[in-house]
Amino acid sequence: MNDPSIETVGMDSLIVRLFDSIDEENMPWMLAADQALRAAFGEALIDLVPSYTTLLVHYDIECLDLQAARARVSDALKGLTPATSGEGQRHVIPVWYDVSVGPELERIAERLGVSPEEVSARHCARDYSVFALGFAPGYAFMGRLDDELATPRLKTPRQKVAAGSVAIAERQTAVYPTLSPGGWNIVGRTPVALFGRDREGYSLFRPGDKVRFEAISREAFIEQGGDPTPLAERGDTPTEAQT
Amino acid sequence: MKGLIVERAGPLALIQDGGRFGVRHLGVTQGGAADWVSLGWANWLLGNAPQAPGVEITVGGLTLYAEASTTLALTGADLGATLDNEPLAPGSCFTIAAGQRLAFESPRTGLRAYLAFPGGLDAAPVLGSVASTVRESLGGLDGQGRVLTEGDCLTWAGGTSGGERTLPSGAGTLPGDGERMTLALVGGAQIADFSGASVFEAFNTPWQVDQRADRMGVRLSGPELRYLGEGMVSEGIPLGAVQVPADGQPIVLLNDRQTIGGYPRLGALTPLACARLAQCQPGTEVWLTPVSAGQARDAHLRQLAGWG
Repeated sequence: MNDPSIETVGMDSLIVRLFDSIDEENMPWMLAADQALRAAFGEALIDLVPSYTTLLVHYDIECLDLQAARARVSDALKGLTPATSGEGQRHVIPVWYDVSVGPELERIAERLGVSPEEVSARHCARDYSVFALGFAPGYAFMGRLDDELATPRLKTPRQKVAAGSVAIAERQTAVYPTLSPGGWNIVGRTPVALFGRDREGYSLFRPGDKVRFEAISREAFIEQGGDPTPLAERGDTPTEAQT
Repeated sequence: MKGLIVERAGPLALIQDGGRFGVRHLGVTQGGAADWVSLGWANWLLGNAPQAPGVEITVGGLTLYAEASTTLALTGADLGATLDNEPLAPGSCFTIAAGQRLAFESPRTGLRAYLAFPGGLDAAPVLGSVASTVRESLGGLDGQGRVLTEGDCLTWAGGTSGGERTLPSGAGTLPGDGERMTLALVGGAQIADFSGASVFEAFNTPWQVDQRADRMGVRLSGPELRYLGEGMVSEGIPLGAVQVPADGQPIVLLNDRQTIGGYPRLGALTPLACARLAQCQPGTEVWLTPVSAGQARDAHLRQLAGWG
């Protein structure tokens, strides 16, 4: 971890910068900083947004001025020790990998000269860390992907990506929690709901969680409540291939 | 329960309150009244808490039919409001009788009008707020974030009353005649990585509010700002963040912005400046003016104290 820098980014917000680059090794420190800052600010905290290398602290200016807020951050980070492993949850996410719901599966397979099954096997072969949540409620940026699977974003984003779509972009992977626009490569679909107002804590994933994908059959997908409607039948516009 | 019925919905009328807080780490946006100052004054006129839920009417085109009589407050933009065809100027309370119609046509000055209800509008909070965020399907009358549509019935809690309050002079977010639209910006984030000339131009050249403007962000056109730093890792985005994509034209991020992003930023407009910007029609000339976080805080606390 670098010496943390505390940067003013607005009237009531600070960015706490802990690292320069994206790395799974950051996560125990990021989790520890998250907990320490929450404790230090208490009621004076309005929002805390961790990302890959930084935490955004939005504090209540009725409680604190800038100097007091900066002092709370530096005090909180003194003697910080990384969170012990296993603090994040582990998730196994069932995925139906199929070209009808994952149109880029075939393209990635062709590029690698392997079968679509081999692509899904590689996607399932490792644990991914949840680095950050953003873009949409419950949308988790996960990494890092096997080098060979790394695929650039689509040149033209889709207007509509179905909920549950499992996606790849560069060395990251993610699942779209709800129907939304999106420019990532879709390789399959999960029947698991990622975000819900009735779910405890709302989001299935949190930064620091570990995720492993598991290939399931179409039958199992439907049995678990999945919607097998092909992506193309959702009024989607075809996107230009990019390899 | 009887209330106000939406007869004509218009392009964008939304239930809004102060916004949704404490959940941005889950990827959930802030939402809330884009001109929170005008919503605050509308609520103040009725004796409500400043962040009580009301209706944000953007551009106009909305007609409400009253099934029951009540007192309402209207602030913010002048959208050519009428009560049974009689003109209704924003900035005061008025009584609407059962059988009357309240209509909003099109903007004369400003962009967003705010309608407050006795005790606040009725709606069930979702994740702590009734703020309608359409993209995320959260909040609003049905909890699904949708815009007001024909047939919706607006009801209110009732009870509180501000009596005969009138707005103090200078209240609100619209500039007076001949006054510049200045937007206070707290410098920070990547401002040191922009060229010196760009930082000078940012504060000494007028900007035009672009057509590309919504509750997520408002694009400004003007001098091309040059970022000299390296590529960034995405980080959390505060309200009012002035981000500069590769084309050098800044985008001010407002209430419905994404929670994290990776464009370099000059800093952030103050929340008061965001409220002013939210009232600017496309083509409006605006000036960015640097302030310290302390000055911004003082101005903000004065605003809150005015509602105390």
